[in-house]
Amino acid sequence: MQVPILKQGPFLIATIQAALTDADLEQLRSALLERVVRFRSLGVIVDVTAMDVMDSYASRILLQISHMIRLRGTETVIVGIQPEVAFAMVQLGLTLEDVPTALDLEEGLAHLQQKFATGSGAPGP
Amino acid sequence: MAKDKQESREATQPVGDAAGLPRSDTTAALLRELVAHLRQNRNLLREEWVVRIVEARLLTAMTREEIFAEATSVYDSYVEALETGTFEALQAYARNLSERIIPRGVETHEVVGIVLLLRDVLARSLFAKYQADFEKLNRILDAYEPAANRIANTVAVGFVQERERVIRQQQEAIRELSTPVLQVRERLLILPIIGVIDPQRARQLTEQLLRGIRTNRAKVVVIDITGVAAMDATVANHLVQTVEASRLLGATVIVTGLSPEIAQTLVTIGVDLGKMNTVGDLQGGIEQAERLLGYKVGPLG
Repeated sequence: MQVPILKQGPFLIATIQAALTDADLEQLRSALLERVVRFRSLGVIVDVTAMDVMDSYASRILLQISHMIRLRGTETVIVGIQPEVAFAMVQLGLTLEDVPTALDLEEGLAHLQQKFATGSGAPGP
Repeated sequence: MAKDKQESREATQPVGDAAGLPRSDTTAALLRELVAHLRQNRNLLREEWVVRIVEARLLTAMTREEIFAEATSVYDSYVEALETGTFEALQAYARNLSERIIPRGVETHEVVGIVLLLRDVLARSLFAKYQADFEKLNRILDAYEPAANRIANTVAVGFVQERERVIRQQQEAIRELSTPVLQVRERLLILPIIGVIDPQRARQLTEQLLRGIRTNRAKVVVIDITGVAAMDATVANHLVQTVEASRLLGATVIVTGLSPEIAQTLVTIGVDLGKMNTVGDLQGGIEQAERLLGYKVGPLG
């Protein structure tokens, strides 16, 4: 199942709808990178609200996405991690260190907007 | 020893068979004789038992009349258990008794003590009765002692079980009272932790906090552990995990009120708190949280 990637102004939003196979995750990684370059996006939001399991591979891919996209000067925010998923992840040692997180899509957008509203080079309205 | 075993095997057979045996003084017959003796001297033995309970300063939480009333019931159930060889009635009575006397502060050693005293009183009376016939006394005691020990065991176990039930109930109650998650400002939660944190409570705390973050859409959480006296490595690690899980939900956690003792313990046992945001006291924690949320609080004018 492919993950839809929406363009919202200077940001990209990828909403994961269902459990993904490893191949889907890798496909998401390359698709996101390709779009970030193509649209010169300032920020990326990955919404994982629908995921009720997060294994080590998925969490590693999310980490890689964040690190790769950062090399383009773009910030990735992971949003919508469920409370039970969060605690299970932490117990497995998957803390997504130095990846920004937010409660939901709204918060994630607010975070990016705040970050780039004050930053230089943000495109005007 | 072999004879003793043989006797108890005979005792388990139906009464009709036992009566047909050449020896009339089987365990069952001896017990019958014993029970008759105890029934006959009921008042005397009961009196003596109560006197010895009071002398030994047991059941001090109860009045002499109460002790006498309970002693009567215990005595009768005791004799009945000896007679019938079934312990259910005694067990039920022991549970019922424990239920009544535990709230009054009666201790385990007192309950065990009075049952052992009764055993001694009865044994003494048997000595007195059969002192002329040593052979018979021996056989009577052979029959009496296992039954008496089993009774003592039953009562003591019943008491301890009841106590444990009460303790479990109270633990449950405490757990339900503990750990509110409070919202003090838009998007700011406070979690005051008071008392001992065991792994189960720690887990419950985390679940409540994570759910609270989601329902209140919190951005900053202040966990105040002023009321926690001690912390071990397990709980400290759990706290670190809670902080990390909260971050995954997009909330920043500030831990306040680490006592000097806990600070020393944590550093000594080498728990990595590098990722934790700690502030001295709750006031400081709330101030920092307000700064993070962009509030400016000060006197008017």
